[in-house]
Amino acid sequence: MMGIVQTGLQHLAAATLWFPLKPEAASSIAENVDRLYYFLTALTLFFTVLIFGTIFVFMIKYRRRTPDEIPPDTVTYMPLELAWTIIPTLICVVIFVWASWLYVRNSVPPAASTEMFVVGKQWMWHIQHPEGVREINELHVPVNTPVKLTMTSEDVIHDFYIPVFRVKHDVTPGRYSSIWFEATEKGTFHLFCAQYCGTDHSEMIGWVYVMAPQEYAAWLASSAGTPSMAQDGQRLFNQLGCASCHSSDNTGRGPSLNGIYGTEQRMISGDLKLVDETFIRQSIVNPHSVALPNYPPIMPTFQGQVSEEQVLQLIAYVKSLAGEERTSNAK
Amino acid sequence: MSTATVDIHAHDSPIPGVERTNYLNVDHSVKSWLLTFDHKRIAILYLISITLMFFVGGLFAVLMRVHLIEPQGFLVAPENYNKLFTMHGVIMVFFFLVPSIPATLGNFLVPMMIGARDLAFPKLNLMSWYIYIIGAAFTLYSVISGGVDTGWTFYTPYSSSFAHTQVVPTAIGVFITGFSSILTGLNFIVTIHKMRAPGLTWFRLPLFIWAMYATSVIFILGTPVIAVTMFLLGCERLLHIGIFDPAIGGDPILFQHLFWFYSHPAVYIMILPGMGVMSELVTAFSRKRIFGYTFVAFSSLAIAVISFLVWGHHMFVTGQSVYAGLIFSVLSFLVAIPSAIKVFNWTATLYKGSISYEAPMLYALGFIGLFTMGGLTGLFLASLATDVHLNGTYFIVAHFHYIMVGGAVMAYLGGIHFWWPKITGRLYPDAWARFAALVIFVGFNLTFFPQFVLGYLGMPRRYAVYPGEFQTLNVMSSAGASILGVGYLIPLIYLIWSFKYGPPASSNPWGAKGLEWTTASPPPTENFTTIPVVTEQAYDYAQTTGKGGH
Repeated sequence: MMGIVQTGLQHLAAATLWFPLKPEAASSIAENVDRLYYFLTALTLFFTVLIFGTIFVFMIKYRRRTPDEIPPDTVTYMPLELAWTIIPTLICVVIFVWASWLYVRNSVPPAASTEMFVVGKQWMWHIQHPEGVREINELHVPVNTPVKLTMTSEDVIHDFYIPVFRVKHDVTPGRYSSIWFEATEKGTFHLFCAQYCGTDHSEMIGWVYVMAPQEYAAWLASSAGTPSMAQDGQRLFNQLGCASCHSSDNTGRGPSLNGIYGTEQRMISGDLKLVDETFIRQSIVNPHSVALPNYPPIMPTFQGQVSEEQVLQLIAYVKSLAGEERTSNAK
Repeated sequence: MSTATVDIHAHDSPIPGVERTNYLNVDHSVKSWLLTFDHKRIAILYLISITLMFFVGGLFAVLMRVHLIEPQGFLVAPENYNKLFTMHGVIMVFFFLVPSIPATLGNFLVPMMIGARDLAFPKLNLMSWYIYIIGAAFTLYSVISGGVDTGWTFYTPYSSSFAHTQVVPTAIGVFITGFSSILTGLNFIVTIHKMRAPGLTWFRLPLFIWAMYATSVIFILGTPVIAVTMFLLGCERLLHIGIFDPAIGGDPILFQHLFWFYSHPAVYIMILPGMGVMSELVTAFSRKRIFGYTFVAFSSLAIAVISFLVWGHHMFVTGQSVYAGLIFSVLSFLVAIPSAIKVFNWTATLYKGSISYEAPMLYALGFIGLFTMGGLTGLFLASLATDVHLNGTYFIVAHFHYIMVGGAVMAYLGGIHFWWPKITGRLYPDAWARFAALVIFVGFNLTFFPQFVLGYLGMPRRYAVYPGEFQTLNVMSSAGASILGVGYLIPLIYLIWSFKYGPPASSNPWGAKGLEWTTASPPPTENFTTIPVVTEQAYDYAQTTGKGGH
């Protein structure tokens, strides 16, 4: 039955209606989400018709014929009561398992994803590629390549939404969130802000350009000479005087950052914390909250002095500091 | 003593030709209304206030739909559009839907249905109305003094640190009006526990009372949380105490947890009373005992309990953990089951009934259909994978309007029409009422069905301007809204007309069961001349002749 409904809906969508019934499916997960959507639509139709149909039949068959008609007393039939408790429960279990399976499977980006960075601010999207190319309200991505976006906001909560990919995630100030997708269709698609963010919320929209890999490479190359994000970060690192404490030979007042990314560090509280993007961001905007035990907590906050984009560049720089193999203090 | 105190024997010996004394004509002075402790008069005060708020909120909705006829916006600048949808939401949710059935029909009917002379705390009841009015005054002040543009959800840090509009007066309005809900809930719980007539055991209670009881539990447990949330929002906005804004050390997601911890149960505050009304209407107009009384009664309580455990489904895309998402998803499916049970039981009640189609029944049948669709589309949003795509789009708007308008407002109108003869002692023109029900049903579907499609196509909600390809569906929706608007005006006109010119109603014009139909229409101030003794189950239509009064 699902198949029939799906085919029917696709025919309807393909027909020259005034409007389509579904957006294009342009990512590796879109068709899976659509299949669940068709199933739920079919289920909704089935039960709506069942309830409406039953009511309609009863309305006619049991209409009041004389003003003082007294119908027979209601007999509550327990098996029926149990049936319409248990059957909907089972249907819900099926939907839950199906939907959760899709969601969990899509929750972790593939290891080989190409990374890009998104900062939302009232009312535009700032995007930077690791190679250093920046865009505003446009996102160029290669087709058939997993792309992971690390996102944060400069001000209020935004939401990064690409309908044809069926992906959406809130972009929240003060933390990083990420989504990933693998575009399967070349073309130009809508990018929306889906969380109300103030006056021009509805203008915080843009376009996603899905290109063949060689076209994408050519597009990147057209801005050759742009410093990479890590190079931007290095420049900032020196400008802000970070290097005076975080010297690479571990002689400064702060820890050396060589190879620190991805390690686990023992905090003053005794907890172990993974040094990831969020950790490094915290170290910059609220250093005391992640102070390490063996160093004096003297680092000032850089909140307000660096934009979220610059924080992302600093993180890219720290990540690039492979350095010598570092021994973690995690033991 | 108050002016509401009357000679309770006045109507016992009616002199022919002299109008019987009832709660309406006992005293006509303004003071007797504004200082009344009579639950029936307070219900009328609430009815007038929330009707006013409904049409204010409705006006904003109409302006929004007119604006959206053109992709670039037809009527107002984006900042004003943002104020329209915010004030529409705030007024409709906090000042119409939440108090709608409990404060009007609940206030009027809870004592009448259980054979009591008033609620347990009549003075608190009057106080709750004044609190509501003060809250409404703050909110209307914020509208007049420039409006508020945060969305009714007040998400931080936009509301606390960025918006330049009247956030604080609105938040104070919501904060204050919450206390009126708490007092109403408290009053109902005590009344239902302590003041039932002799013989009226829990399982002989009308299901409307069970629904009011479940609603009251949510009022008392949930409303303090929204009050705290609004208080904290005010603290951050006025005193810059870092609670929600990460720039001053807060957590914006904390706000969403607090907000939805109230606001999801609040959805059931809005729909449970409607379900209670439904059980009364379906039984009365099919002259049948309800199918599965205990299932319907306990499903109300199940909804009240589970509703407190599903708030996280509003936050599947905020970055809560996958495990939290899974738990909130499964609980959200669970809360759907009791609602499904109710729909099946109402439908089964009609089987072999004697069904008539006066206006209240048309609203009831409309409710079943629209609530079924609203409930089933909720499954799309409880499902993690589809919610990711649909969250924040017009699909959400369509879904909750099917529940809130297709469900709650239909039930409210059905209830108002059903008990209007009891409340006013007058009959309204049934043909007009049926016509209005039909207009509302058609207008509603034309307004909100296209929004499901818009949502799946990816159009985000709260957009003042939108890409041109969404125009056709938006125009359909706006056309529907114009029909819906007319549909709501018709009952306003004929109900007001009937209050003065309608033919007098008998004590039981529908031939319905229930203690409220055993006393005069409109009832005397003390409701019953002698406290009734109950010897039968609810909706026992099979035992006696159904037609005629007492």
